[in-house]
Amino acid sequence: MKVAVCLKRVPDTASRIRIASDGKSIDTSDLQFIISPYDEFAIEEGIRRREAGGEGSVTVVTVGAESALETLRKALGMGADDGILVRCDEDLGPRRTAEALAAVLRDRGYDLVLFGRQSADAQSTQVGAQTAQILGIPYVGDVVGLEIDGREARITREVEGGHEVLRGALPLALGAQKGLNEPRYPSLKGIMAAKKKPIETVEASPGEVRLETLGYSPPPERPAGRIIGEGPDAAAELVRVLREEAKIL
Amino acid sequence: MNILVPIEVRGDAVKKPSLEALGLARRLAESSGGEAIAAVLAPGAASIAATIRTAGAHRILVADDAVYGKATAGAFGREFARLAREREAHLVLFGATVAGKERSATTAAELGVAAATDCVSIAIEDGWWVSERPVFAGKAMQRVRSLGTPAVASIRPNYGEIAEGAPDAEIETIEPGITEGELRLVVESFEASAGRTVDLTEAEIIVSGGRGLKGPEHFSLIESLAETLGGVVGASRAVVDAGWRPHSDQIGQTGKTVSPKLYIAIGISGAIQHLAGMSSSRTIVAINKDPNAPIFQVATYGIVGDLFEVVPRLEEELKKVL
Repeated sequence: MKVAVCLKRVPDTASRIRIASDGKSIDTSDLQFIISPYDEFAIEEGIRRREAGGEGSVTVVTVGAESALETLRKALGMGADDGILVRCDEDLGPRRTAEALAAVLRDRGYDLVLFGRQSADAQSTQVGAQTAQILGIPYVGDVVGLEIDGREARITREVEGGHEVLRGALPLALGAQKGLNEPRYPSLKGIMAAKKKPIETVEASPGEVRLETLGYSPPPERPAGRIIGEGPDAAAELVRVLREEAKIL
Repeated sequence: MNILVPIEVRGDAVKKPSLEALGLARRLAESSGGEAIAAVLAPGAASIAATIRTAGAHRILVADDAVYGKATAGAFGREFARLAREREAHLVLFGATVAGKERSATTAAELGVAAATDCVSIAIEDGWWVSERPVFAGKAMQRVRSLGTPAVASIRPNYGEIAEGAPDAEIETIEPGITEGELRLVVESFEASAGRTVDLTEAEIIVSGGRGLKGPEHFSLIESLAETLGGVVGASRAVVDAGWRPHSDQIGQTGKTVSPKLYIAIGISGAIQHLAGMSSSRTIVAINKDPNAPIFQVATYGIVGDLFEVVPRLEEELKKVL
């Protein structure tokens, strides 16, 4: 099975986010970067498919600046075979990222194209489905279960209030949700081996901007709250303020 | 300007976020002299459409066909893009559910534009749709302008407008543009989660538990309080990672982002990744024994104390008034 896993380099989810002084970007100078957490489930699933099939390959692909090479190396350290960096210094946004990915994935004959359900930074939930639509293959996200028999896939995905079960033939594009598997940590041997694995660099040729970022702002400030009291005796007062002040109950 | 609102259907019920998108679309369309056009593409669409006739649509397009019970986002995207062009929609507005966001992406792909996802506001400025959306799970807000027409966006649950009692919509039957034969991925079945009818992202009240509960068996305290309040149970990442709760309960940057009317955090210290997922809730209550827990910085009301004593008493007090 030939698998491509599309991933994104994002700030660590424990980071505080500071807006740059121009108000139009995020100040990334002090941030640690990680593989977007949902993408790790996609990488793991790709590796397991190759291991289960006994043959095939897992290619990790990302759109980003030179710094994203480090992110690809981490995925290679987990066990992916090779990587593709679609190089672009600007943030392309979801549509142009999908176009850039589709352009490199198109003629390489992948059976499975895997994504994380959404990125942990922009959280657009767009790139997987848009890429698949441009490629003309079906996409389903929030996948928590995958069984493949020959060319037939049975997929379980999480939706509000329950699970959907789907069936379809490869090639397919899927968005991984937490629960699909338990991503492995790269072993020392894996990390050493990753240094020698090939990464191809392709220059992105982005089209016109479709979604323009006008600016970033801090989240709306919450009005200062207060401590109602200590211990169980404060419960009655809490009920009173919820009814009379917050007018909820 | 016409606004197309794809209505999401589960079984024979309409998803509330679609109705919130529709109510908002009515106001936006009317202020620009256009129509809010709902599209109900579903098995049983005719009777479903009748139930939302006064929910804000000027017109409801109805395609009643079994194919829509099996179709996935790719096929829906082709349908909505076709309808958007035919009806000269200036905006296609979805409710930001799992399916809504996915269909917004495939619709946008078909139209050659980018969708703005999970918006908390959307308005027209100088002829372009400008929306505001949380990024980094709410640690920052991004303002985006959709270039290209029609624009595509989804509105976050609880951020749209419900338009009850609007004038009757005109109902128009349309033909499906897809067939079962062309579907390469089909939905076979849906299994509802046991005991949960409302999803966290759509809940008005959430009672959430963390490591302070000391063990999965004590989540019955949370469940019982949630039931008393008519709310839904959530959890912190720590307890999900420990296997006490399913990942579908997780709230935070790597779980669900929620904005209910009332969020009660019990035994949750308030790691930044958790705060990111819930700090846009309207009213936040924190119950924690550590007065320095970061959760108190976002809480509207706090009680410092042992949750094993406070929670049962709180439930008692609530039962007196509910």
